[in-house]
Amino acid sequence: MTSICSFEDFYMDWQGQSLAEKLMQIMLLGFAVIAFGTGYLTASFQTMILIYAVGVVLTTLVTVPNWPVFNRHPLKWLDPSEVEKHPKPQPSSNVNSKKKPIKK
Amino acid sequence: MHSFGYRANALFTFAVTILGFMCALASFTDSFNSPSPSVQVLKVNWFQKQPNGNDEVSMTLNISADLQSLFTWNTKQVFVFLAAEYVTPKHVLNQISLWDAIIQEKENAKFTITTSNKYRFIDQGSNLRGKEFNLTLHWHVMPKTGKMLADKVVLPGYRLPAEYR
Repeated sequence: MTSICSFEDFYMDWQGQSLAEKLMQIMLLGFAVIAFGTGYLTASFQTMILIYAVGVVLTTLVTVPNWPVFNRHPLKWLDPSEVEKHPKPQPSSNVNSKKKPIKK
Repeated sequence: MHSFGYRANALFTFAVTILGFMCALASFTDSFNSPSPSVQVLKVNWFQKQPNGNDEVSMTLNISADLQSLFTWNTKQVFVFLAAEYVTPKHVLNQISLWDAIIQEKENAKFTITTSNKYRFIDQGSNLRGKEFNLTLHWHVMPKTGKMLADKVVLPGYRLPAEYR
């Protein structure tokens, strides 16, 4: 293999982003509840922090990288041939000029 | 579009905010703890009293206390100190700390110790002959997160001897 595929080559689509965000919120809240409950019942502050830390790391691994599962409805970009049919609007010449406009 | 960096930042912020809420909640559970500590200062032996301009007392204290009910899951340590309080003509309240200790484990919170006073009991003046004083045991419960609790119990009725030794 001459080239290495990095995560920047993968994308998330809109549905994927929405899913990732919801998943992140639910996972973090869920782990917080589990951590607090366990810590309170075992009277151990350290247990609570430990469970929550594990939960944060797990959530990061699941929701932050661009996993392919978040790209099931990929965006269909326009063909390059369409670009010529819809040229970019040209900026007006006044914008480029640095001199003050002459009053008429 | 939500990029990698955006998601990482959002996750980190949300995680830390939730952590703050968890710590506040942990501190809140401390209010369900109703402590019932018991203290006794069994014997105070007066050793000597040296006038050097100012009066000084040296004493042996025998302190017995059970502070175990102060500990919760959110307690880091308990700072306990014994203070002598008395009245002089010049000042309404004089407080001198005689002994203190830091208790970090619940098992160590039930103790009996016999010790001479850790800090010198020196008056500003010569007011201590025959003086009546209270011994007050103060404790500060320091939490892992949140609000600190401070309380005390007053043990009245101690009296210093009328003459120097």
